[in-house]
Amino acid sequence: MKSMRYREAVREAIAEEMERDSRVFLMGEEVAQYQGAYKVSEGLLERFGEKRIIDTPITEAGFAGIGIGAAIVGLRPIIEFMTWNFSAVAFDQLLNNAAKLRQMSGGQLSVPIVFRGPNGSARQVGSQHSHSMEHFYVHVPGLKVVAPATPADAKGMLKAAIRDDDPVLFLESETLYSVKGDVPEGDYVVPFGKGRIAREGKDCTLISYSRMVHVCLEAAEALAAKGIDCEVIDLRSLRPLDEEILVQSISKTHRAVVAYEGWPYGGVGAEVVDRIQRLAFDELDAPILRVTTLDVPMPYNAKLEQHVIPQADRVIAAVEAVTYRRD
Amino acid sequence: MARVIDMPKLSPTMEEGQIVTWHKKEGDAVEVDELLAEVETDKATMEFRSFDRGTLLKILVPPGSMVRLGEPVAVIGKSGESAEHLIPNARGAAPPSAAAPPSAATPASAATPASAATPASAATPASAATPASAPVAAAFVAPAAIVAASVGADGRVKASPYVRKLARERSLDLRSVHGSGTGGRIVARDLEGASTSSPTVIPVAAPTAPTPTLALGREPRIKPLSMMRRTIARRLTESKQQVPHFYLTIDVDAGALVELRTRFNAEVGRKVSFNDLVVKAVAIAIARAPEVNAQFTPEALVYHRRVDISVAVAVDDGLVTPVVRDADQLTLLQISDKIQALSLRARERKLGVEEMTGGTFSISNLGMHGIDEFAAVINPPEGAILAVGAIRSEPVVKNDVVVPGKRMKLTLSCDHRVVDGAVGAKFLAELRGVIEHPLQILAL
Repeated sequence: MKSMRYREAVREAIAEEMERDSRVFLMGEEVAQYQGAYKVSEGLLERFGEKRIIDTPITEAGFAGIGIGAAIVGLRPIIEFMTWNFSAVAFDQLLNNAAKLRQMSGGQLSVPIVFRGPNGSARQVGSQHSHSMEHFYVHVPGLKVVAPATPADAKGMLKAAIRDDDPVLFLESETLYSVKGDVPEGDYVVPFGKGRIAREGKDCTLISYSRMVHVCLEAAEALAAKGIDCEVIDLRSLRPLDEEILVQSISKTHRAVVAYEGWPYGGVGAEVVDRIQRLAFDELDAPILRVTTLDVPMPYNAKLEQHVIPQADRVIAAVEAVTYRRD
Repeated sequence: MARVIDMPKLSPTMEEGQIVTWHKKEGDAVEVDELLAEVETDKATMEFRSFDRGTLLKILVPPGSMVRLGEPVAVIGKSGESAEHLIPNARGAAPPSAAAPPSAATPASAATPASAATPASAATPASAATPASAPVAAAFVAPAAIVAASVGADGRVKASPYVRKLARERSLDLRSVHGSGTGGRIVARDLEGASTSSPTVIPVAAPTAPTPTLALGREPRIKPLSMMRRTIARRLTESKQQVPHFYLTIDVDAGALVELRTRFNAEVGRKVSFNDLVVKAVAIAIARAPEVNAQFTPEALVYHRRVDISVAVAVDDGLVTPVVRDADQLTLLQISDKIQALSLRARERKLGVEEMTGGTFSISNLGMHGIDEFAAVINPPEGAILAVGAIRSEPVVKNDVVVPGKRMKLTLSCDHRVVDGAVGAKFLAELRGVIEHPLQILAL
């Protein structure tokens, strides 16, 4: 085990895979000369040279498309979006090329590409730069979407993403980059489609991913002091989704709250709720509640922003509701 | 021709009844107007007499079952006639899957619990009484007959899917389980302590092992709610939740009252109780301060001209409040006779509904149990209730000298929506006047 920050774990995964496989390269805005907008790619230009660590102009649609083309002809591109907000400009490339070409070519083409970057809220970056983009992308068959919460999973899942023969969207978080954690040494790979029990409990299941896992763990501690023992599930992988871990946990706790960033209409949380009610209907003792970003564009004002982002107090209130401690 | 007998309406307000005892058994001959069963309604235990002549072919609901009005309870026909063909009819529109064991247990029919639980299929008691029907099917339609708080206006029980699963697994009948979740939903914690062996839960399948969480022989004693207990729980909860109570207490000199009673009982040769004296005193005080004899309604305040005093009487399983009508028009002895007769009938559970409703003011007396003072819960829709404490022997100051005395505390609980503090105080002042100068009780 080695303790490292989330950003270091991402960097280590990229470096190890670039060492392992000469087809792997990193491309994006500020990844080379500037050493990465969030210093994820720090030192990589020096180590791998400018043919494999490539700065691009501010042209997301362009370099996303170049990456897809490179993947089709046999390379293993890692495309960094400075933030996932900017992927909106490249949406057509992801939706219509990355996700579709295997099917449209009758299996003749594959697109082994990773798109990665920070997702969700940051600190006061305004409504246009605070999106939780996973909700748009999980809708699309042909894309895999993962959002690890810990340095270990960041490293292990990014390595799995780079080795995957299909497009993988890898969601990080600005507020996770400095989070520290133990990472197994050696060639550590975490397969997709498997959730993780972040905390065991028996009274209520808290389901989350990415940054919100940490908020749920904080809420679980506060709830434990009130005598409510929460199990926290870190989904890690949003598509494919681990149904088994959901059913097993709900069969034990009989109550669930899904907490994540993103607006309440539809999205990952609605999908999770649908799976649970379909696969574990007879285990439910209460309606499943969701704790989400409030249904407004993100305010710039710091206090309002914190009010809109889901916090531990809202998670606690939801758990108290599904355990019938309050209405 | 055999026919199904439904639960009749045995009191004006009855919506459901609990079969206490069957006086006939299957195969017995039944005459018109002969006693079939005793049914506990919301007010009293009533006689359920036959409208038909014939043979009781089938009893569809066992004693202790709660049955809604109009639901089938028995089949009467000719001796030897088969009742079986009528039992499906008795179930009304029960879905076929509920009667067909194999399909009832399949996920396909499990996917339609809502339809299985409609009032139309409310003949669950029938299936509960026929072990031949599949346990799963019986458990599935069981919620239909639910009459507890968790039953909606449409007769459907509100229970979480997990509770329904547990009920199927443990063969629990949810009808007597009180729901503590949102909107009265039965949730898992409401089943804690409910095991198949308890009488609350009617086993509909072969007995299964008791819940493992409870050590053998250590289970709490479970007593099903009687109709009276349900009524007490509902009415007193309503009262405390909806009626803004406040309380006024006075400590009166009861010396003259004690002396009056002693002399009256000795010299008149009739025993009157302190309670009789207090009821009469209250009737006199109400005549002098009639504003407490009132009732709040959302539209207007109602001031009664009659003085009908409800007297709380403890009975085996709770209490009832028979009414002494026109107490202001009755003499002390008439009141005494009336209360004795009502109490006797109350303890025999023979009070009619009309004898327990329509009071305008209540009196509750715990003096004979050594209670010095207490505050009673208002008996809606009345506006006030007087709580009477024990007569205490204690030193009192009379003309600046300490002498042995008799004191009694009286607490008036008032509905502040109709009886204000000054009104309550005026009434208590009048009552004090009567009790401390009690010859009026004999004169008026």
